Amino acid sequence: MTDSVSANGANAILPAGVPAPDFTLSSAPDKTLHLADLRGRPVILVFYPADWSPVCGDQVALYNEILPEFREYGAELVGISVDSVWCHAAFARDRNLHFPLLADFEPKGAVARSYGAYREHDGTTERALFVIDRDGIVRWSYCSPIGVNPGADGILNALESLAGDSKRPAAETSVPQQREIRA
Amino acid sequence: MTSSQLTPPVQAGDHISGPDDAPVTLVEYGDYECPYCGMAYSIVKQAQETLGNHLRFVFRNFPLAEAHPHARLAAQAAEAAGAQGKFWEMHDTLFEHQDALEPEDILGYARELGLDVARFTQELESGSHTKKVRDDFRSGVRSGVNGTPTFFVNGARYEGSWANEEAFVRALREGRAAALSQT
Repeated sequence: MTDSVSANGANAILPAGVPAPDFTLSSAPDKTLHLADLRGRPVILVFYPADWSPVCGDQVALYNEILPEFREYGAELVGISVDSVWCHAAFARDRNLHFPLLADFEPKGAVARSYGAYREHDGTTERALFVIDRDGIVRWSYCSPIGVNPGADGILNALESLAGDSKRPAAETSVPQQREIRA
Repeated sequence: MTSSQLTPPVQAGDHISGPDDAPVTLVEYGDYECPYCGMAYSIVKQAQETLGNHLRFVFRNFPLAEAHPHARLAAQAAEAAGAQGKFWEMHDTLFEHQDALEPEDILGYARELGLDVARFTQELESGSHTKKVRDDFRSGVRSGVNGTPTFFVNGARYEGSWANEEAFVRALREGRAAALSQT
């Protein structure tokens, strides 16, 4: 797999090998997330165009489901769009999301721009994925066509190759709790 | 990520309907509570009737349990029925009753199918099939599944429309032609 791909050629997103631009964004009305605070573990940055749109919905639902796999690699997953914290809060509650959504809201799209992942004509972010290593370096990036859910195989391959560079992923996580069923 | 391949290929332990030497193998990653999978269920049935022994159909579990609270138990129920030789009967029953997937509904289906209900219940309560369902899910993620249902035709992710039955059957026929011309 190539290190950095722009499937639609619209934007040159940051390629592998460069330091990930640092940022602090709101993750909730009263909380912020500082990228540098996540140093020491891999970070998956998922830029997506908008809360509530059908493809984004599928994409975040998929990543929400795959969180245990990401966490086997010790990785943190973070979603970013230009939606506001209140919009994110409603979306996360509706979809039962277990990872933070950051609001790249003011100045609008500033963080997306710093990653080459802002769509000027639409006023939204690209559907772009970045895997950042424990030292804050972009190790893999991918820009998907805006209407296409990119899945998670590319992210997992990148995490696997990072883990191969340092240490193997942790052993199997515990299985989810069973629902009780009575005859 | 545009040429996602089924990983691992069809293997022992998969639920297979149709002859092993069929020229076309269709693999579905599905979720018993997903309404689109419910639509696809009848289309796959039609394709099986139309293509007969030329089609081998394989079902793997991809429960989006955060979005569909009944999906994981339903997947395990099909596996538990499979342990008693009635996977496809339960698979069909679940897709035909997507709006009734509570534990007591599922136990009713087990009774109707003539399963050993005590064993069925014990296996669901103890999580005997949790690993199989999770392994299916992981293989789907690795194969580039980005939502449900996702189909693979002779190992390659099917990118066309499945909702149009005629187009779907035509694509499957083409898959068959490709398989025959390789031999």
